[in-house]
Amino acid sequence: MSFLLNCPICGTREVTDFGFGGEIVVRPQDRPGERELNAYNYFRANTDGVQREWWWHRAGCRTWFQAERNTSTNEVLWTAVPEITDATQAPVSPVAQARAAGGEELR
Amino acid sequence: MSRLDPQPAERIDRSKKVEFKFDGKSVTGFEGDTIASALYAQGQRIFSRSFKYHRPRGIVSASGWTANTLVQDGEWPGVRATTERAKHGMEIKHQNAWPSLNFDVMRASDIFGGPFMPAGFYYKTFIWPRSAWPLYEKVLRHAAGLGVMKKSQAHREWRTDYRRRHCDVLVIGGGVAGLSAAIAAAREGADVVLVDEDVEPGGQLLWQGKHEQARKLAEEARAAGVEIMSSAPALGYFDGMVPVWQGSTLHQIRAQRHVAATGSIEQPLVFPNNDLPGVMLTTGALKLAALYALKPGENAVIATTGERGLEAALALQAAGVNVIAVADLLPNRSNELTAAVEAAGIQLMRGMTVVEARGNKHLKGCTLAQIDENGVAKPGTEERFDCDLLAVSGGTVPASSLMLQAGAKAKFNSEANCFLPENPPPGIHPAGAVAGKEELEAAALSGTLAGARAAQECEFGDGSAATAAANALEALPTPAPAAPSPAYQRTAKPTGKAFLDLDEDVTTKDMKYAIEEGYDSIELSKRYTTVTMGPSQGRVSQLPSIRAVAAQTGLSIDETGITTARPPWSTVPLGAWAGRPFTPAKRSAIHARQRELGSHVKWAGDWRRAYDYGDVKGEAAAVHQAVGMIDVSTLGKMIVSGPDAGQFLDRMYTNRLSDLKVGRIRYGVLGNDAGRITDDGTVCRVADDSFLVTTTSSGADAVERWFTWWLAAWEMEVHVTDVTQGLCAINVAGPKARDLLGKLTDADLSNEGFGYLDGHQIQIAGVQCLAMRIGFVGELGYEIHYPAACGQYLWDQILEAGTEYGIKPFGLEPQRILRLEKAHIIVGQDTDSESNAYESQMGWIVKLDKEEDFMGKWALERANERGMVNTLVGFKIDGDDVPIEGSAVVVDGQPAGRVTSARYSELLGQSIGLAWVPAEHGKDGSPLHIKYGSKNQTATIVHGAFYDPDQERLRS
Repeated sequence: MSFLLNCPICGTREVTDFGFGGEIVVRPQDRPGERELNAYNYFRANTDGVQREWWWHRAGCRTWFQAERNTSTNEVLWTAVPEITDATQAPVSPVAQARAAGGEELR
Repeated sequence: MSRLDPQPAERIDRSKKVEFKFDGKSVTGFEGDTIASALYAQGQRIFSRSFKYHRPRGIVSASGWTANTLVQDGEWPGVRATTERAKHGMEIKHQNAWPSLNFDVMRASDIFGGPFMPAGFYYKTFIWPRSAWPLYEKVLRHAAGLGVMKKSQAHREWRTDYRRRHCDVLVIGGGVAGLSAAIAAAREGADVVLVDEDVEPGGQLLWQGKHEQARKLAEEARAAGVEIMSSAPALGYFDGMVPVWQGSTLHQIRAQRHVAATGSIEQPLVFPNNDLPGVMLTTGALKLAALYALKPGENAVIATTGERGLEAALALQAAGVNVIAVADLLPNRSNELTAAVEAAGIQLMRGMTVVEARGNKHLKGCTLAQIDENGVAKPGTEERFDCDLLAVSGGTVPASSLMLQAGAKAKFNSEANCFLPENPPPGIHPAGAVAGKEELEAAALSGTLAGARAAQECEFGDGSAATAAANALEALPTPAPAAPSPAYQRTAKPTGKAFLDLDEDVTTKDMKYAIEEGYDSIELSKRYTTVTMGPSQGRVSQLPSIRAVAAQTGLSIDETGITTARPPWSTVPLGAWAGRPFTPAKRSAIHARQRELGSHVKWAGDWRRAYDYGDVKGEAAAVHQAVGMIDVSTLGKMIVSGPDAGQFLDRMYTNRLSDLKVGRIRYGVLGNDAGRITDDGTVCRVADDSFLVTTTSSGADAVERWFTWWLAAWEMEVHVTDVTQGLCAINVAGPKARDLLGKLTDADLSNEGFGYLDGHQIQIAGVQCLAMRIGFVGELGYEIHYPAACGQYLWDQILEAGTEYGIKPFGLEPQRILRLEKAHIIVGQDTDSESNAYESQMGWIVKLDKEEDFMGKWALERANERGMVNTLVGFKIDGDDVPIEGSAVVVDGQPAGRVTSARYSELLGQSIGLAWVPAEHGKDGSPLHIKYGSKNQTATIVHGAFYDPDQERLRS
C-alpha cells in the first residue's frame, strides 16, 4: 500500500505518516438491540470501491479527519475535518453529493 | 589472456588496475571491469555449479539474467558477478560447488541421478518419516543453497536509507526509448526523473556500436533538466510508487505519469546441453567484446531466429572472433544483412538451427540441422562443427514485468512473437520494446511519443510533439520477420539434458513429467517444477517454459498464458525494504540518575525502565516498613480541559467523573463499546474545567488517540493535551512518606487536610507539584507530578530527605509484588481484549445508572444481565513455589483458565497471584488447580486484597 493523503491541516503527505481509523461506523443513538449492537461492534461493510473512512495524522498534527478512498485503487477523492454536531450527520463530499443526485458511484 | 585490443565503446580504464581475490587466488582486472569480466580475462569460464545437478555454468547474458554468475562477495551471497563492479580487495568466492568449481562431487546427481530425480523428487521423497526432516534439511541445504548468509549480527553494520522523490514524469529504463521519452517530456517543461539499471544510460546502444549516439542522447537529456539515476534498478510498481534501489538507498519515486521503457530480453534456444559454458546469448558475447574488450571465443557458431544473430556475427567477426557459421532458422531471408554476412566469408546456413551442443566442462562443438515441426533434426541435414562459442538468439521478449504489476494484461502477439502488455492503466505509457517497437528508429519515436504524452497529461505542452512523433511512427516500414522458435530442438536421438530454466535446473523432461502428472496449466507447472522461480525471475526462462507447456498440451501460446508478475523485478537485499532499524527508546528525565544508583534497566513497552536496584525483597520491604520511591514518569498523562470536559469523561469512563470535586481523585476504567477494558488510570480534577488524566505506561498513545477520535466525531468543547513527556512523576510510598514530604513542604499533609484520594497543588522543595494521594502499592503514598525540567532535582531532594527514614528507590519488579499484594490488576497483563469489568471483579466501577450513555454501556448492561462466564480471582499458595505466568488452571483434568500474574510475597510468606477461572469455580476459599510444566499445585482462591483488605494503611 502506498499513496498520498491530504491532511486538511498540514497538506499532502505519504500515507505512512498517517494512522488508519477504519471505515466510518455510525454509533447507535439509543440503546441498540443485541443484533444492532453486534453489527455496530463487529461488522464492517468492507467496501470494494469508494468508502468513507477515518484517518489520523499520527506523525504530524495528530488531527482526526475523514477521507473518501477507493479501496481498490487507493485513489483518495476527498479529505476533510468533520464539522458535525452528531455522529449521524456526515460532511458533504463529492461522492455523497453524487449519490444524493442519483448519479453513478465514483470509481 | 582473453583481452582484445582497445574497443571503441569499452568501459574499462586500462591505466588503472583493480586487484581482488577469487577463491583465494589473486585476480587483476581494470577499473570498470565487473567481477565476471575480470575473471573471464584471466581465463575463468566456469562461474558456478548449477542448483540441482551441479553442472558447470558460465556467462550467458553478461547482464545478470541468469543465476549462473552469482557469487559470494565477502558476507554477501548472491552477488551478480556480471553486473557488479570489481573493487580493490574484494574477497569473492564461488557458490554451490564442493570442493571446487572444477571438481564438484555433487555432479554425481547429474550423471547418475538424472532418471531418478524428476520434478517433484524432493516433495515425494523427503516427506517420510516426518521426524527425519531436520536431518534431510541439513543435507539438502548443503547440497542446494546459494551462498552463505551471516546468521546474526550483533550490530547491523550495513545501513540503508530511503529518499522520497516526487516528480511529474518518471521514465523507467535508459535505452533509446527511455532517453527519447525523457528528453521529450523535459523539453515540454515537466520535472523528469530517469532511472536505469546499468552504470550509464544508453541500453543496447552502448554495446551495439552506437555508444556515441547513446552519450549524445544522455547529454541532451541532462541539458533538458532530466535527473538521470544510473545503477538504479526499479523494483516494482506499488499504487504509483516505484521503489528504486541505488547504492544503499531506496528511492521511493512518486510521479504523476510513468513511461515504461524497460526494454527487451533476448531469449535462448532449447536444445541438448544448452547450458554448457561457451553457449551464450548474442547479448552476452557482444557485451563481453564491446564493453570489456574480451574475446568471447576463438571459433564461433551462431544460431538465430531473427536478424540479431546476423548483426552479432558481423560484430564478433570485426572484434576478431573467427565466426564459422550462422544458422538462420528463417529459410528465405535475403537482404543487405545476409549479403554482408556472406561477404565477410561467414557460412550462412538458411533454414537451419542448432540441435545439440557438445562438451564436458566447456563447449567443444555443436550440430546444426534443419528441423521438422516438432523440432527434431531432419535426417541427412545434420552438420557438425567444432567451436568454443555458440551464440544463440531466440528472439526477444519485452521486459514488461513492471507494466504487468501496474495492471496491464499480457497478450501474445504473433507478429512480434512474444507477449506484449496491453491496456496499461491510465498514466502509464509504454515505449520501445514494451510497446512492440524494438527497431532503433521506432523505439526512439515511441519514446518521444510516450514522453510528450506524459508531459501533456501533466499539463505541459500543447501535444504537437506527440502528434508529430505518432505520425512519424506510422510512416515507418514494418520490421523484418523472425522465425518462431520451436519449443525444443534436438537430434533424432538426443543425448544430454535440455534446460528450460538454468537457475532452477528445470529440463524439458521435467516439464513433460509435470504435465503428465496433471500439472497442465502454466501456473501449476511453474509451482511444481519451480520453472521461472529462481533468482532471475524468468527473464530467460519464461517464454521457453510457456512454449514447452503449449507444445505438450497442444494449446496455443496465447491460450497457455503467462504467469503473474510480482515484485521485486530486480534482486535487492532484504535490508533495502526494511530500511534502518528503528526502535526508539523512551527514557524519563530521571533515568540517568537511576542508572547511577545501580538500577537494572529493562524494556517496558517503548520505555527503558529501572527493573530493580539489585535487592527486590529489600526494596519491597522498605515500602512496607519505612518509605520507598519509584519513578512513574512513564504513566500516560493528559490534561483534559474545556467546558464539556466533565461530560466528555463521563462518556469515556464507566463511572461518573463530572461530579468530582476540585482537588479530588477517582480511579477509572476505560472501555470500548464491546464492553472490554482497554485501559485504566486515575482522574484528578485540578480546576472546574480541567482534569489531569493518567493512563497506563503503554496505553498513553492509544488513549490520546481514542479521546481525540471521539472528540472529532462529537465536536464537544474539550481539548486534550498530552503532557506525558512534559511531566515527571514520582511515587513516594510507605508509612514514613508523610514525615518525609513534611520536611520539604509547608503544605498541610495531615490526614484531615490531605486525605486519601486528594490531589493538591503544592510546592515541594520549591517545585510546583500536583501531589496525589493514591495507593497502587498499598501503603500511604503520594504520586507527585511536576515539570520534567526539575526531574532529577526533586528526585535528589526526596532521596536526600528520606535518608534518615531509610528510603530506598524501588524498581518495577518490587512494584509488581506490592500491587499484587493489593490484587490491583495491570490492564493488558491481567486482562485481555475479551475482559469486561464485571468478570475482572470491578463491577463496582460500572455505573449503569448514569443517565447519559457511555462507552460500553450497552454491552455491559447485557454482560451484567447474562452474569459471569469466567472471572479473575486472586489465589495463594503456601510456600515459595511460584507458578509461571500463563500456567493452566485445570478443572476436572481439563484446562479451564490461566494464571496472569504470580509472585512470591516476602511479607505474606506465600506465593500469590491472579488467575482467570470459570465463574462457578471462582468462589472465595475454593481450591484452584494449577498445572505448569510437570508440576501440579493446589492454590486457594482469595477474593479481595491479600494485604490490608480494609485499606486502613492506605487511609491512615
